Amino acid sequence: MSATTMTSVPRRRGNTGIALTRRAGMVFVLPALILFGVFIAYPLLTALSYSFFGWTGIVRGDFVGLENYLTLFTKLPYSEDIPNAFVHNVLLFVGAMLFQNTVGLGLATLLHRVRRFKRFFQTMYTLPYLVSPLVIGYLWSLMLSPLFGPVNAVLRTIGLGDVAQPWLGNPQTAIWVVVFVTAWQWIGFPVLLYGAALGGIPEEIEEAASLDGASAWQRFRSITLPMLVPAIGTVSVLTFIGAMEAFPIPYALGGSQGNPAGATDVLSLLFYRTAFESGSSNAIGTSSAIATLLFLFIFGISMLITWLMRRAERKLF
Amino acid sequence: MTATISPSTADAASDDRKPARPRPSTPRRRQKVTAGGVASSTFLWLYAAISIAPLLLMLSNSLRTTQDMAKHPLGLPLPPNFTSYQKAWITASFDTYFFNSIFVTVASVLLSTAVSLLAAYAFSRTKSKLFTTLEGLFLSGLMLPVYLAILPLFFMLDAAGLISNLGGLILVYGALGIPFSTFVLASFFRQLPLELDEAARLDGAGPFATFWRVHLPLVRPAIATVVVFRFVPVWNDFFYPLILIRDQKSYTLPVGITRFFGEYQTDWATLFAGLTLATIPLVVLFLLATKQIVSGLTAGMSK
Repeated sequence: MSATTMTSVPRRRGNTGIALTRRAGMVFVLPALILFGVFIAYPLLTALSYSFFGWTGIVRGDFVGLENYLTLFTKLPYSEDIPNAFVHNVLLFVGAMLFQNTVGLGLATLLHRVRRFKRFFQTMYTLPYLVSPLVIGYLWSLMLSPLFGPVNAVLRTIGLGDVAQPWLGNPQTAIWVVVFVTAWQWIGFPVLLYGAALGGIPEEIEEAASLDGASAWQRFRSITLPMLVPAIGTVSVLTFIGAMEAFPIPYALGGSQGNPAGATDVLSLLFYRTAFESGSSNAIGTSSAIATLLFLFIFGISMLITWLMRRAERKLF
Repeated sequence: MTATISPSTADAASDDRKPARPRPSTPRRRQKVTAGGVASSTFLWLYAAISIAPLLLMLSNSLRTTQDMAKHPLGLPLPPNFTSYQKAWITASFDTYFFNSIFVTVASVLLSTAVSLLAAYAFSRTKSKLFTTLEGLFLSGLMLPVYLAILPLFFMLDAAGLISNLGGLILVYGALGIPFSTFVLASFFRQLPLELDEAARLDGAGPFATFWRVHLPLVRPAIATVVVFRFVPVWNDFFYPLILIRDQKSYTLPVGITRFFGEYQTDWATLFAGLTLATIPLVVLFLLATKQIVSGLTAGMSK
């Protein structure tokens, strides 16, 4: 031990990155580690174990293996609620991705060239993203209210009175309202992120391509877009996580039951309902099985997207 | 980068193919009024309107009476009427919710920033496998859906008598802030040269004094980013208080709002006033600290 320390002393010049002893380092990390361990790591590991037991109220019963999982796929209402909610989560993801990578990317590209009011536009686009999603949800529920809601009032004023309808009362339109409100709220993030990524592309490349006769579209297609791949990857992963975890907006627009008739139900709401509102004696076992599946799905797919994007980046550069 | 270069030398430098050229001073074509230019600014203004109109409507309707809104859905608040704020603030207990939210947010952001500063400093100044693993563990919290562990958390807090207790909520948010805060702070600490530590040690400073007196003042911009940026999700969070706070006296704003929407369903003016009250602190924060918010949002890009 002492020998290695002796030899490593002169090498310190080469910047080993060490300035703290292990013990001092531990003292520095300890407060965060305790907080993280007690309130995040421990509950997370325990939550996974909950799904393998039968429960009576809050009393843990026998180890039941995969029975809770089997219940989810074979017994009503779960066997219908889960696919229904899952489809809505997927719609949220696809809708938000489409919106962010067309409108969001478009806004960021245009904003990149603008000189005047740039800061103003950024602020306008980002504000909804920072407001509480619950407030956003309730705000849109008031705006879309069938009788006095301003949205229908605008439609009637511009002569589209036929289109005006109880947007949130109609099971056909309700989920699209959730998708639209979510995508509308999130757009500020891709605008900022794509903006930062566009700012990192050296102008010389575009200038050179432009001199070689590349059209604006060709330059965007073969220079800008590939350089944006890392940013698109970040946006995809975060949009995926956000869409799968969606809770406050659907709650504000459709309540914890996903009204009307489960049309706005999502997986987090289903988990919440099963755990805290179902009244079933095995609520903890069943809801923990939902949580575990959702957990594995979110984690697995995020890893997959990250991996695919890394591979895409390697191919490009 | 080299010090500022005047525009003329910058041009000369670019002829020499020097890589370091200050970007903003590159001479550009004058902006011409073209059809494309008009279309693009139309699009920018149009979307700005779509983005901001609902929020302006919220503000405007909070200053009108419910009857007025029923008669003229698109009317303006002339003259403005502030009674709905009074009603939301006092009758609907928004005062309680508001101060609970302020207290929880401030305390938990301070807690997570303090512990993350210490941990991030250690991560940037050590190189053993133990610390790399711990840092990886913390960072995994950025991706994992940790809210799904709510049941064990509920039982744990219940056993400790911390349900409906703002202290319990503060501890939970404090822990939830660690992944992001450590990530941003550690990348800042890593940019500070090790020579600083050596110089401090030669002057007789211990590890904590080095951290406190030498490094802390240097990472102030990162601290500002972390504090401002953590404020937003904690202030907005709805899920944890919905489950962990059962007593109305301890509600934070988002849970208070859900209750309030059940009770005041038809009282539109008060509802709009309540939503506006919950939003004002964030808008103020954003306008005061745009830079920190933007750098927080784009923090993921640095890696």
